Amino acid sequence: MSSSAQPPGAHLPEHPDFLWDDTEPKASYDVVVVGGGGHGLATAYYLAKVHGITNVAVLEKGWLAGGNMARNTTIIRSNYLWDESSGIYEHSLKLWEGLEDDLGYPVLFDQRGVLNLAHSLQDVRDGVRRVNANRLNGIDAEWLDPAGVEEICPIVNTSPDVRHPVLGATYQPRAGIAKHDHVAWGYARAAHAMGVDLVQDCEVTGLETAGGRISAVRTSRGRILAGKVALCAAGHSSVLAKMAGLRLPLASHPLQALVSELLEPVHPTVVMSNAVHVYVSQAHKGELVMGAGIDSYNGYGQRGSFHVIEQQMSAALELFPVFARAHLLRTWAGIVDVSPDASPIVGLTPVAGLYLNCGWGTGGFKATPGVGHCFAHTVANDEPHPFNAPFTLERFTTGALVDEHGAAAVAH
Amino acid sequence: MQLIPCPWCGPREEAEFHYGGQAHVAYPEDPSALTDEEWARYLFFRDNPSGPFAERWSHSAGCRRWFNAVRDTRTHDLLAVYRVGEPMPEVTP
Repeated sequence: MSSSAQPPGAHLPEHPDFLWDDTEPKASYDVVVVGGGGHGLATAYYLAKVHGITNVAVLEKGWLAGGNMARNTTIIRSNYLWDESSGIYEHSLKLWEGLEDDLGYPVLFDQRGVLNLAHSLQDVRDGVRRVNANRLNGIDAEWLDPAGVEEICPIVNTSPDVRHPVLGATYQPRAGIAKHDHVAWGYARAAHAMGVDLVQDCEVTGLETAGGRISAVRTSRGRILAGKVALCAAGHSSVLAKMAGLRLPLASHPLQALVSELLEPVHPTVVMSNAVHVYVSQAHKGELVMGAGIDSYNGYGQRGSFHVIEQQMSAALELFPVFARAHLLRTWAGIVDVSPDASPIVGLTPVAGLYLNCGWGTGGFKATPGVGHCFAHTVANDEPHPFNAPFTLERFTTGALVDEHGAAAVAH
Repeated sequence: MQLIPCPWCGPREEAEFHYGGQAHVAYPEDPSALTDEEWARYLFFRDNPSGPFAERWSHSAGCRRWFNAVRDTRTHDLLAVYRVGEPMPEVTP
């Protein structure tokens, strides 16, 4: 080594441009979005793009898209039962279909279809009903018999001799997966380019009101005046809402998922099964991505119980005997905010200028573009977009629930 | 696997238990007298704290008895268990 040697790495090219700059928070914003996950970033993007509101900060207590946005199983579909759900989920799916062009960024959206398996006569009845409901709402849906399931996904065990035989499935060809990180990065980059401040490592510790109206947020990086505040905090929504004196009908649960080692392409679609509590796809890189049902207890710890993983693996192995030799690479959990009717809460609150987007439970990822678009409309106009108008907080008092336990349930 | 100390049987594996949500939510004395808001509060609204939480568990694959526990929802640590009818003990998370 010569004494005039350059420092290590000096011969390497410059770091490429960052997709966004990490920003110091300003003293005041027109809109503060709490939560820098997919929903928060998408909301900020559409606030800027559709409504011209660019004096916006997205506050994230950790790093951007490091919560549930980094922990979901990336399934995108719109085959929910009720008209209200069809509205917002199909709106979202249509936005997914144009998202790469809209953001100018690859999100690896891949419409490989989704099968929702039926294992009992009741599953079959529910599935056929849901296919009919979807078609009436203009959503692509088909009912497949076991031979049809095998044709779409040959590695599913359709033998009648198993504990939970496959009796059929709903199929939505336009459903699919996307690369969750790229989705967040795409929104963050585009929002930042329009002037939105993205503030990481900034935890909200208090919400201030004056005369029944939101006035400021207190954070770990100081007090920030806010004309409006939009909550997009998923599992921590109850904790945040309480800072403004609001109680929400939510329970935060761990939801676990796992990936295998990288494998050759073996799984051509997405398979979900409510009855045996597993949903499986194969990521672009090759890992099998599997999600479980929620852990039964409330939990903010981002980890769950081992027996839930065991149950999920046994279900996966019965459905896919070919996975028997695959090795588990890692497991993790997110914190999901589950509502009583398995539908979200998106809209106004009793506090003027404070807006809620929560209760997506186990199924928020697929809604990212749709809810970002509708929530931005809600915040900008102080009234809900028609697609999120049914998903009020008041519905738990009026009784106008949107019961999606059948279409959402474990495999949201 | 997490061990849960059943106040009747002692520590057993979590898989033997069934979760029952928030403890000390009394059925309304006169449900028909409630307003819609009060009924909704009873039916749908529960505490959802990040921290100690008083909750019900049933030892469903053991003695089949219900009991209460205080558990820290951040760490899943069981801070106390107590029998139905007993007051919630003081805990320090």
